Order: sequence, then C-alpha cells, then structure tokens
Amino acid sequence: MPTADRTRFRFLRRRGADGDSWHAVELARHQDRPYSLDYLNRLCDDFVELHGDRAEGDDPAIVAGIGSFRGQSVAFVGHQKGRDLKERTYRNFGMPRPEGYRKAMRVFELAGRLGFPVVTLIDTPGAYPGVGAEQRGQSGAIARSQLMLMSLPVPVVACVIGEGSSGGALAIGVADRVLMQQHSIYTVISPEGCAAILWKESGEAKRAAAALRPTADACLELEVVDAIVPEPSGGAHRDHGKAAELLGDAIAAEMDFLGALPAAERRHLRRQKFHRMGAFAE
Amino acid sequence: MAERISVDISRVGEAQLQEPETEAVRARNTCPVCGSHYREEEMVANLRVCAHCGHHFPVTARERIVQLADEGSWSEIARELASVDPLAFVDTKPYPERLEAAERSTGLRDAMLAGQAEIGEMPISLAVMDFTFLGGSMGAVVGEKFYRAAELAVDRRMPLVSVAASGGARMQEGVLALMQMAKTVAAVDEVREAALPFVSVLAHPTTGGVAASFAALGDVVIAEPGALLSFSGPRVVKQTTREDVPDDFGLSESNYRHGHVDLIVPRAELRETVARVVALLSGGMPYRRAPLLPDLGAQRAVGRVLSGARSVFRTMRNDGADG
Repeated sequence: MPTADRTRFRFLRRRGADGDSWHAVELARHQDRPYSLDYLNRLCDDFVELHGDRAEGDDPAIVAGIGSFRGQSVAFVGHQKGRDLKERTYRNFGMPRPEGYRKAMRVFELAGRLGFPVVTLIDTPGAYPGVGAEQRGQSGAIARSQLMLMSLPVPVVACVIGEGSSGGALAIGVADRVLMQQHSIYTVISPEGCAAILWKESGEAKRAAAALRPTADACLELEVVDAIVPEPSGGAHRDHGKAAELLGDAIAAEMDFLGALPAAERRHLRRQKFHRMGAFAE
Repeated sequence: MAERISVDISRVGEAQLQEPETEAVRARNTCPVCGSHYREEEMVANLRVCAHCGHHFPVTARERIVQLADEGSWSEIARELASVDPLAFVDTKPYPERLEAAERSTGLRDAMLAGQAEIGEMPISLAVMDFTFLGGSMGAVVGEKFYRAAELAVDRRMPLVSVAASGGARMQEGVLALMQMAKTVAAVDEVREAALPFVSVLAHPTTGGVAASFAALGDVVIAEPGALLSFSGPRVVKQTTREDVPDDFGLSESNYRHGHVDLIVPRAELRETVARVVALLSGGMPYRRAPLLPDLGAQRAVGRVLSGARSVFRTMRNDGADG
C-alpha cells in the first residue's frame, strides 16, 4: 500500500495539550461522580434490582434490574463502583467477574422476551483479572454478553457514564445507540495498563492517556459513539440531579427513535453499526 | 460481495528452507521445554511440534493454512487490506514505523489471513491469525478480514473456521481496536443467523480482546495443547491481585477442566479433527480419513490441476458478480 494512502487516513488530529486527556481521565474517575445506582434512583419511578446469575453467585460490581422509566418498563444493567473504602471493596472497584456478565445476560434475555428496551450504563476500569474469574470463564462471559446484545430483538441504548475501559466495558456496550457523557472516557485499555505494556513503565500513564485519545470528543470524531450527553457545568459530580435529568432526556430521545424501527431491521442496523467501525486502507 | 479471489501462490516453508541457520533461527527451532534442537525442514515436517517432548511451537498463518487445508485449495480474499494510523499514535515509536517493520519481517499485511479453503474436500471459509505480526494484535484490518470471512461463509453457505493466536486488541488503534471485538461478534451473529456452523481453534496464545470476542464464540472450541488462553495474562493477574497464580493458569488443560473448551487436539490430529467436526456440524456424510499410504505424487498433481481449474472458475464467477 502506498504511503500516501496511509497518511490520508490520519483524520484525527491532535488538538490542545496532552493534559486535556489526563484531565478527562481524572474527571471520569472523580470519587463524587454519580454511579449507576445514583442515576437509577433518580431516573426510575420504581426499580427492582435483580441479583445472581443463577449458577455461581451475585456480582456486586454489576447492578441489573427492571425499572419504570418515563412510563414504561426498561431493563437496566450498569457497572457499579463504591464511594467509601468499604463499599469500594464490596463493589470490587467496579471490576466485574463472569457472574456479573451472566447476571447481565439473564436480564438482557428477560428484556428480549418480555419486550422491554435495554439501557446499559458503563463505568468500569475493566473486567476483574483474578484467577477465579478466569477459571469461571471471564473471556467467554464477555464475548457472550456482546453476542446476546447484538442479537436482541428490543432497542438497546448504552451510555458511558465514567470510565469505559477495555472488554469489561464493551461487554455491556453493544447497542443500537451508544452515548457518552461529556466528561467520561472510553478506551481499549487503562492509561496505566497501556503505559506498562508500551512504555514498560506505569508512570507514563499521562503520555499513554494522550496517545489513546479517550475523551468523548475524540470518540465522537472516531464514530465510536453517536452522541455526547451534556453534564452540569464543571461535571456530573457537581449536581447529581441535573446530571440524571440530562442523561434521562438523552436516553428517552434515543428510545423514541429506536422504538419506531422493526426488530429485524434494528438487529441488522446494530450489526452494520459495528461493522463500519475502524479505519483501514484497501 | 465484491471480492476478488486470487490463488495464493506463496509456497510456505520454501523461503524458510533456504534461510541459512542463523542464531535467530537456531533459537526459534530449539524447544524451550526440553532443549531439543531441530533443523528447519524437520520443524516443517513435524508441524512444528517437538518430537521429543510434544511441545507445540508457534505456527505462522501461512504455514497453518498449509497444515490444515487440502493442497492447492486455498484462495485468499481481502489481501490488499492494510492498517492505517487513525490516532497518529506514538509510543516509543510511531505506529506506522511498527507496521512497516512488521510487514518487512513477516511479509504479511496484517495479523490475519482470510480466504476459502477445503478441508477433507469440504469447502470452508477460513480466517487464520499470525502471532508474528505485532503479537497477532487485533486492529481494524483483523476485524474487517474476519467480517469478510464470515460474509464469505454466509454467501457460499460454508462453515466458518478460525484459528486464533493473539495478544489481544491493538492498543495503537485505541478505542477503535476495542470496537473490533464487537465487530467480530457481529460477524459471528451473521453466521449464526444464517444457521451455519463456526469452529474456533485456539492456539498459543489467545488472550485479551480476541479471547473475549469471536474466538470464544465457536460452536465447537478446539485448543492446542499447552496454549495460554485467558482474558488477563498471569503477570497482570499476579500484579493486580497479588493472588498465587497456579502453574497451569490459563492453559488449555486448565480451560478444559473448567469447561471452556470442547477438545484439546495435538497438532498432528488437528486437520482431521476439524474435518470431522465440520462434516458433522454440516449435517452431511461423516468425514472419512484418506486411505493409508496414498500415492502422494499423483494425488498432488491432480490436486494442482483441479485447484487451477477451480480458481479460474471462481474468478469468472466473481467477475460476473462484480459487474
């Protein structure tokens, strides 16, 4: 392939200082940022959380359940982090084990069968890298969760609300419409993990963050997400209520649009959406 | 489908046979487990399995295709696809420089070859990864090639077979590399919707984004012995969790014990096993082993003539479809 073709595809130009990306990473991880349950409690008139994967156990790093959202039943699945040390440990810092993804799949299946739209909220540093998690099938759970979302007959809306990191995030990120909150990040690997592998030094995380371009603006430009959900001035952590209202409006708008499409058409379009992702020369 | 089918004429092994035994080749052909050393032609003849201890050495995509496919049956698709640098990514080196170095050292455009082949005279769509190209990492080209292999399967009503060998998503393509996981899952969804079987072979190593996308979704999952198959590698697990990592962590045998793979198949039996599985999943006649001691010379000559004729036919058929 001639070099000219290569440069033609360099459509994402560096703008602003490298510090911007790191600032985004810090905001996305802000300890006062609303987590899934903070949103669900504000978005739903009623919400029943469901527990357990019906095989191994219940994973507190993923919350799942059925809620009443603006007059209709909706299946919600989201990563859940903790705020104080005790809850953080209980939630395993938002890093799911296979049981979490299996619980999610159970709820996706239920929604597909009963005809409820699915909304997922993404906020994880990644799937948990533990011996037990691997032995219980971490890779397979992440793959099958994506496959189930890909084939669902009902509308699916995903929104990155904090950290969207690696396969652990994408496992619940396959959707008809993918949104990102203004100050969230979406990345193939955490900046620390990237630095450890490519620079052989996790201290290079800031440089890795700049290279990975994880900001909502960059993801929109790369056509990985469809729209950016605005946050209250300064960030979602400043005003949880306002942040939830803005998120709710964005989700409702997408659901109205998606509800008008026939199920088979939606599944086809969902596949096409992911088919188009990525740049290459031919 | 607007695919130009061309017959891949690259003869695997031949270039390597002429290679003088340098220090690098010597190291590559020395068994890391038992220290036995082999000449290159012995390695090719033994399918790169240590004759002494059974250790399975890595296999390039080209050589894997020669090991698996009927002679002369391989025709490659999407061979012009090449990676670009959408993020203008620079770590200790710019990404385009890494790509060029990988192209030079492997003679490949990217970490996957896709095409049509026959295994035991059954036509299949085949996607094979190559770990020597940037650690078999999955970027947009791997995602697109896998998707085209799936479309080829659906188009011609053939089973899909993949051979994975990958460290995971290609970090240099950032979040777009992550999305290739979903893209390959969408491809598998196409194959499933068409009610066609998908057989996934996992070679050492299959980790990260490839382990957690298409490679895990085979209707039948076959692993090579001793391969590392995990989402997180043992080093990351140890560093992050400070857990004691068992000696067989993430290996094929451990995955088999925990129920994540159907079969562990030594390389010498892989071709026949894939053929049997594909035949059974296709609902047709069971695969019959070729008669023992066949007249190889005559069979190969016939095979070459037939494959030549087939490729002409394919080209004609495709020209028609393109127009």
